Formats: sequence, C-alpha cells, structure tokens
Amino acid sequence: MIRIRKMEDMTSSDYSSIGLRSGLEIHQQLDTKKKLFCRCPVLPYSQSFDAQILRHMRPTLSELGEYDGTALMEFKTKKEIIYQINKDSICTYEMDDSPPFELNSQALDIALEITMLLNCKLISEVHIQRKQYLDGSIPAGFQRTTILGVDGWIPYRDRRIGIIQLGLEEDACREVSDRGHDRVYLTDRLGIPLIETVTAPEMVTPQEVAEVAVILSNLARASGKVRRGIGAARQDVNVSVTGGQRVEIKGVSRIPTIPLLVHNEAFRQVMLLEIKSELSKRGITHSSFESFSFNITESLTDTHYMPAAEALSNGLELHALVLRGYRGILSTVTQPGQTFATEISDRVRVIACLDRLPNIAHSDSEERNFSASEWEIIRKSTGAFENDCIVVVWGIGKDISTAVSEITIRAREAIDGVCNETRQSFPDGTNGFERILPGPNRMYPDTDLPPLAISVDHMERIRSALPERPWERVKRYIASGVPEESARQMSISRLRDIFDRAVNETPYAPDILIHFFLSTLSHLRKRGRASDLTDDILILSLAEAGRRCLPIEAVVHILENARGSELKDISMAADEIHLPDNSILRETVKQLLSGSESSEIEQDVLKRFILGRIRHRFDGLINGKEVSEIVHSMVL
Amino acid sequence: MYKGYRGKSLTYLKKFKVAVWSDVVIESTRGSFRGTILPRSETADEFHIVLKLHNGYNVGLAGETIESMKELGRTEAHYKIPEKEFPFDPAKKNVKLFGTGGTIASRLDYRTGAVIPAFSPGELYGSVPELADICNLKTEKLYGVFSENMGPEQWKGTAEAIGKEIEGGIDGIVIGHGTDTMHHTSAILSFMVQDSPVPIVMVGSQRSSDRPSSDAAINLINATYTAARSDIAEVMVCMFGPTSDQYCLLHRGTRVRKMHSSYRSTFRTIGDIPLAMVERDKFVILKDDCRKRRNDRKVRINTSFDDRVSIVYYYPNMKPDIIESLIDNDYKGIIIAGTGLGHVNKPLYPVLKKACDKGVHIYMTVQTLWGYVQMFVYDTGRDMMDLGVIPASNMLPEVAYVKLCWALGQSHDREEVKKIMLTPVAGEITERECHNGYLILQGGIPEVEDFIKKYKR
Repeated sequence: MIRIRKMEDMTSSDYSSIGLRSGLEIHQQLDTKKKLFCRCPVLPYSQSFDAQILRHMRPTLSELGEYDGTALMEFKTKKEIIYQINKDSICTYEMDDSPPFELNSQALDIALEITMLLNCKLISEVHIQRKQYLDGSIPAGFQRTTILGVDGWIPYRDRRIGIIQLGLEEDACREVSDRGHDRVYLTDRLGIPLIETVTAPEMVTPQEVAEVAVILSNLARASGKVRRGIGAARQDVNVSVTGGQRVEIKGVSRIPTIPLLVHNEAFRQVMLLEIKSELSKRGITHSSFESFSFNITESLTDTHYMPAAEALSNGLELHALVLRGYRGILSTVTQPGQTFATEISDRVRVIACLDRLPNIAHSDSEERNFSASEWEIIRKSTGAFENDCIVVVWGIGKDISTAVSEITIRAREAIDGVCNETRQSFPDGTNGFERILPGPNRMYPDTDLPPLAISVDHMERIRSALPERPWERVKRYIASGVPEESARQMSISRLRDIFDRAVNETPYAPDILIHFFLSTLSHLRKRGRASDLTDDILILSLAEAGRRCLPIEAVVHILENARGSELKDISMAADEIHLPDNSILRETVKQLLSGSESSEIEQDVLKRFILGRIRHRFDGLINGKEVSEIVHSMVL
Repeated sequence: MYKGYRGKSLTYLKKFKVAVWSDVVIESTRGSFRGTILPRSETADEFHIVLKLHNGYNVGLAGETIESMKELGRTEAHYKIPEKEFPFDPAKKNVKLFGTGGTIASRLDYRTGAVIPAFSPGELYGSVPELADICNLKTEKLYGVFSENMGPEQWKGTAEAIGKEIEGGIDGIVIGHGTDTMHHTSAILSFMVQDSPVPIVMVGSQRSSDRPSSDAAINLINATYTAARSDIAEVMVCMFGPTSDQYCLLHRGTRVRKMHSSYRSTFRTIGDIPLAMVERDKFVILKDDCRKRRNDRKVRINTSFDDRVSIVYYYPNMKPDIIESLIDNDYKGIIIAGTGLGHVNKPLYPVLKKACDKGVHIYMTVQTLWGYVQMFVYDTGRDMMDLGVIPASNMLPEVAYVKLCWALGQSHDREEVKKIMLTPVAGEITERECHNGYLILQGGIPEVEDFIKKYKR
C-alpha cells in the first residue's frame, strides 16, 4: 500500500516518479486610477458598506450550445447571494444594472506591456468575453475578460517555462461568509483591472512552482504599474500527477506556502489513484457500481451520537446510503488529517449546503460516531453486507436529497481516480473541494462591447517604451562586474532606473554604485535622512563627488551638507568636504598599530582591521587606495 | 459558410480555403495560433478574422499578418436551447404566450453577435423548467421585432390575437415584449381590449437571458403565474420590482412607464401605486379596485387607430414653426407635454389657435409625469383653454398619445373625441391621486441610506 510521504523526504526524482506537473495562474491587479469597465475609482479595500442587494444565479447556454458543469453544480446549490456595496467604489455597472463603458485604456496599455515582456504572441483585435461564474463572485454572473497574447515564455534556470496566455479582466468580489443557502460578498475589489498570466504545466517539483511564481511576480513589478499589498496578487496552482487530472488550487496569496500545497495535492492524487486501483481489484466499475439510500430517521430516534441526536431534535431527517463493496475506501487517508470521507463530506457541504460539520458519518470511520449496536440497526434496516460501506447524512428534506445524490456521485467518481476540481487552499497546506473545474463552455462573447482593434502604431508605441526584463537586467549587471546577488536584488528594486542613470552619468564603477544604492542609501532612507532626496540631487551629488575623485561615501556628507538647499549648492556642499592628508593618516595608523598586539595577529587580518578602524574614524571620507598603501608600508 | 466576413477578411478565408467553423492553424507574422474560425459580426470591420482558441477565448487576428491558414477539421456549433416537451396537466390552467420580439429566453446569434430569442414551449421549458409547475403553456410568435419597431399594425394584430384566444377559452395571456416601448403597447392594448375576463400580462427583461444574473426567468415565471392564477383581469406589466431579485410588480397598463435606461427595476407605476406584488407563488395585493377575473368570454376588441397624432415635448423658447409644420403635414392630433401644471410660452398661442381652428385636436399633459394638468391656476392656462387646448387630467403623455390615436380612429367630431379622451377606460385618468404614490426616494439622505443598508431591496 502506497503511503503519503513528507515533503522534506522527497527528492526531485521522487516527484518525477509520480509524474508531478504543475502550472500557475497568477492574478495581478494593475495600478490604474479607475476600474476596467466603468469610471469608479480604485480605492483601498474597505469592509464598510452602505447597502445590500440580493441576487440568484441561473446557468445559461454557452456560445457552443452547452451548459457548463460548474454552472449546473452552482445551480444545484440554490444560493441567495448578498452583495455589500459601498457607494464610493461601486456604481450601477458593477451591480449589473448598467451596460459597460469602454475598456480602460490605461489598463489595456499596462497589460499589453506585460504581454510583450512575457514574449507572448499578440492578438490584433480584442474580443471581450464573458466568463460565467455562478458562485455569485460577480454580480452579473460573468466576468468580462479578454486575451491579449498567447504562447510566451520566461527563462527559468537552464530552460524556458511556457506562458500559455495573458488575459485582462475585472476582479471579482471577496467572500465574507457562506453559511447554508446564504453567501455574502464584499464588493470592494470588484471591477479592478487584473491580468491573469497562465503558465504551462512545466514545473516538476513543488519548489520550482514557488520559484517561477517569484520570477513572474518580479516581472510584473518590473513594469512598475501593478498594485502592491495584500490581495493585489493571487496565485492559482494547477497540479496533476501521472494518471491524475488537472486540479486547480485557488487563491494562494503567499508564494512561500505554494510548495507544501503542491506536495499535498500531488499525494492526494496518488492516494485517489490508489483507491481507483483498489476498486478495480474489487471489480467495481461504472456498470457494476451499486448504491441505495434509506430514510432511517425513525430507526435511530434514541441515538447518543450527538450530531445525529441534535439533527433529530431539530426535526431533520437521517438518511443512510449503502455503497456496495466500498468497505475501507472512505477511511483511506488522502491528505494529512483527511480521508476519502472528507472528499464526500466536502461535496455535501458545498453542493447540498449542509455546512454544519460533521455532516456525515460512515461505518469505517476511526472516529467515534454511532455505537456498534446502532450500526447494526442501520445495517439491518438497509440490508447492507459486510463488505459495504454505509454513509449516514442528516439535513432537511430538499437538501438531503441533493446530499444523497452528491454522495453517490462522488463515491462513483472514485472509480475514475481523480476528478477535475477547483479546490481551496488551507493555511496548513492541505486543500478542500470548492467546485467542479469549469471548462471552456463557460465562455461566450460580450455583446455589449464591439471588438477593439489594436493598431500597429499602438503596439509599437508600447514596444518602444518597454522596460527591460528583470532577467535581462541581471545579465547586464553581472556583465558590468556586479556580484550576482546584488544584480538580482537591483533588477527588481525600485532604484533600478536611477542606478542605471548613475552608472551612465557618474565615474564610479557599477559594483561600487550598486553597494551604495542597495546598502548605504537604504540605511540613509531607513534613518529618514533621505526623505526629500530627489533623483536629480542624488545623481548630481554622485557626479560631483566623482569629479573630485572623492570616495563614494562622501556623497552622504554632500547630501547632508546640501540638505534643504537648491541644486546649485551641491558643488558648495562638496567644497566643505576635506579628506585627511597623508600625514594625519600616517599618524592615525601609527596610533592604531601601537595599541594592538601585532605579533599575535596575522598580517592580513591586521591590515583589514586597521583599514576598517580608519574608515570608521573618518566616516568613510578617505581614499581607500592611499590608506591601504600607508598601512601596507607601515605594517611591513 | 463565410458568415459575416466581407471585403479583405473574406479574401483571406477564400485564399487559404478555410471557412467559418474550420479548425485551423494560422501562421502569422506574430506567431502561430490555433483555434476555430467564428462567424464575424456584420457591423465589425473587414480586416480581422475571429478565432476561438481552445481555452474558450475569442481573439481577432489582423488579416494582413496572416501568412497561412491550414484546416485541420471542422467544429460546427449547434447552439440550441435544450428542448423538452412541455408537460400537460389537465389540473393546471392554460396560458398562452404571445411573442412580439424582445428577449425573454434567448440564445446567441453568431452573425450579429446578438442574442436571439428562444420561444417554443419546448425551448422555454428547457431554459425555465419552473413554468411547467405553473400552467400548461402554448406559445405563438406574432412578430419578431425590436420594441422600438412596434406600431399600429402590431398593436392591432396583437389585440385581435388576444380576442381570439379569449374566445377560445384561455385562462390567461402573457405577451413577451421588448422593454423600451412596453408601456406604449400596454396602454394601447388597455384601450383596444376591453372587459377582458382574464389577465393579460406583458413581460420582458432588462438583462437578456444569456447572462446568469438575468431578470428574464424571474419575470417570466411571475408573469406566467399571474396569467394563470391572478384574479386581476386587466392589461398589466409584470416586471422586476426592487433592485434585488425578490419580487415583480404588477403595474396597470395605462399607468406604467420605463424610467431607467438599464436598471432591472426600470418600470414604475406613475401617479398611483402598483396593483400587486408577485413572488413566484404568492400575490400581495396593493390595490383592490381592479377588474376581476370572470368565466364569461365577453371581451370587446376595438382596434380603431388614426396615426396622424404627435407628441410635442415643450421646451422654453419653442418656436411656432414646430406646430406649424404639424398642421402643414396634416396631423389631426397633438399631445403637448407641458411644463408644470401644463404650460407653454405665449408665442405659441396664435399657432395653437390656428391648429384648433383647423380641426386639430390638442390635449395638454404634464412633463413632470406625476400630478394633474391644472389650467385654471394661472391665467395663461385659462387663455390656452380658450384657444381650444384641452387638459388631459393625469394621463401620461404616451398614454394620451395612443389614446388620441385610438379616439381619432373612431371619430373626428370634436365633442365625441373629447368624450372618449376624458372618459377613463382603463385607469388612465384617476379621480384622485393616492398620497403614497409619489415616493421617489431621494438617495443619499440618511433615512433612505438606512433603508437600503438594512433591507436587501
């Protein structure tokens, strides 16, 4: 019997033996003033609301004449969707009581820029599509979305990771609660322009997924035109193993949590495949699958199993389902702390809206539920055999018939192994059922907006102003003599453009400048001593110090001296800086030498020590080469 | 085969021997794309080809970037509402649904990119199965026109079709209609179909049924329920009530008006309160002065109509030539939507007198929509009445317009026409205005904000 293994015990060849493949869908909000299809301002998230409205969603036909599976699933749940609305950020458009306004051109330009950065093939005419969401996360029941490019790539280690597509779309609501048949949404991020980047499933270990997520996040930041902060970027992770199916884990907001999620999902699929093979051994197929359900409310009126007793006292019904030949299947562990019974309980919770847990009990459970004698009663009244599994579920009339049918559906799906599902991520790295994975059938054209042609001139205007890709910067920096780690750091830093200017406009070498920018300047900023510092003053100070052959540390003093004054005063500020002359330096070295037990220290260490002390004593205002020579001559 | 393609884009399709529904690989200067060629909207330009990618997204590719297209196969869409036979239950009431156009249930039309209505009972049952719990349904498509193209011919035809159904013993009638001019049609049908023994319910949708949040299903379910079960035997409009998906309102055909260009809850009763609320399987009656359902079949159909009538929406500084041109073009009736209590400026007086003298029937209504014409309050009003302008009480301008057409279809005698115009037939003039009708809530003020925050309306 295969068992779940821990992530830390796994090597990349272990993952390759189970055939792990994973891809990402990254949702990143764009930093625009207004929303994508209306003129509402993009405001910070807020939980306050002025009004509430209620909607129901019905499935509709797709363009190709099919109903989507997810759509039908959501329809079964019969939810009352409640939207909480803030008048400052929501207009009649988001509530689907006004047609859309024209596509936000600022958002389109940013999205086109990122599409180009991802090396995608660009489309020439934008067709707005409606992507159905019957969960209510968008009041219209669909999200307006469009694709700008396909088949791109990013470099990763010594290979490329494919980008399947880049889409531009409006953000959805945030769920506040989902209890019983009521689901409540906050609308504070609804309608904000968002890009969705979809990678090919080409990551083969959990760690690779996180690393690629970082690269894509850095790329988006490279444009400088995306929103930052909590909730501004969210990842969906697609996972499959050999023989499994693509499963999508939604809404991962922190990249470091990705590897464990991927690992657990991979093993969940491995375990579901194990169940599949066990069922096959037992000769259970779609045609031989049998299940029966019975209303056992009357047979168990005196139960001491609390959840069932409570249900009965609330007037709910108890139904028992016999899954023929399924003995032991429901207690198979699928994830840490979860068994196959959890998969069934999830479906009952989500689709039948029986969300008070536990919502089922089964005869193979290791947890205490009904007593042995109660199980015996159930077994007798249902006519179950020794090799069957019995599932008991409780709820009100309408919901319980949905629940019984969902339990049957999910149990039967085990014959095929892994189901195409969208799952939600939990903080402990496990995941739970969210909905059936939607297919292309939920897409249809938006008849409210005509196609929008993007002219060649328009494309060229964006292409000509394209920022350098982070990985291209890293290469360039390394080529100019900068250490690799600093190069990486700078490639995604906000200071990257002014750093480039400094390289071009001052005499200092790139490796000296990069240290200044990443270290000295950031200390200065942390101490609040660079609050009014403009790019121009910084460049001018660097140039001035360089022209005077001063060490780069002098710039800190120049900036200090020139604080609050005009640009022209930089040179005067520099005048005030004097490096100690040779004799003072010699005297200092002498003092330092006499104060140390030179005989016991190695010469190199001693030299570095003295150099450091001198640098410290003169606040960096020394000519390093000169001091080094002095120390060298005097130590020898 | 080339649906919607023309000019250059058509040339490209022909050149590479591909057509609509071809699964293709396209090599272009921007790279290769794979998908199915979709029909193109006829109003779109001639330079692009629309491709459905395998992920369901549509994209447009510029013809001039295309280097080659290779057909791999074909995927024809069979976009069809799942059709199921509408069940018959002898215990249920029989309802007839007339279609005039507009979108109650619909599917997508590739050619125009627009939605086309689903209409047969089977199609409706496929998309709104709840209807079968309410009644036995038969449908008949009378017209397939947009609401703005409804006119006298369609109004007469609809009235006659209603008459026939009533004689045939139907229990209720639903009329699917575009929303833009639904209130014009509901008004004229209120005049053309008199003493109906059964409910006549007009219904439409503001959000077409191709979207999950559509109001089409709830409106249709409630309208059908009203036709089958309501005791109100009048011409009514059944449309979305509050902002939320909760209930529909039944509005009297002569007192209803579309008041918002896009909101679901666009229809409002003006100058009165609605007749009732209807919520899937229950009515909340708000007014008890309605005509009641009867078992007899005595309906009177009067489709008289003279279309030489116009509405003049008065504005300050209006010049006499507007009225002059109506006289010159042989108009027989004018409805003025006047300011305030029913006023126009003095320079129009001579031409109004001239029109009246020439036999043009002129009636005054108010552009405030709410309230009565009262031409005695100011001298100017009295002056105008002396010219021959007749106050039309609290008839809505559009209602007065269709009623004058109807009246002139019956007589051109000044007194006879006046008698028809000012004798209420279907609630178009009310003796009194109830105090709680005019409650246009002023959004933003604290008590209204409290209301919308607390109640999901």
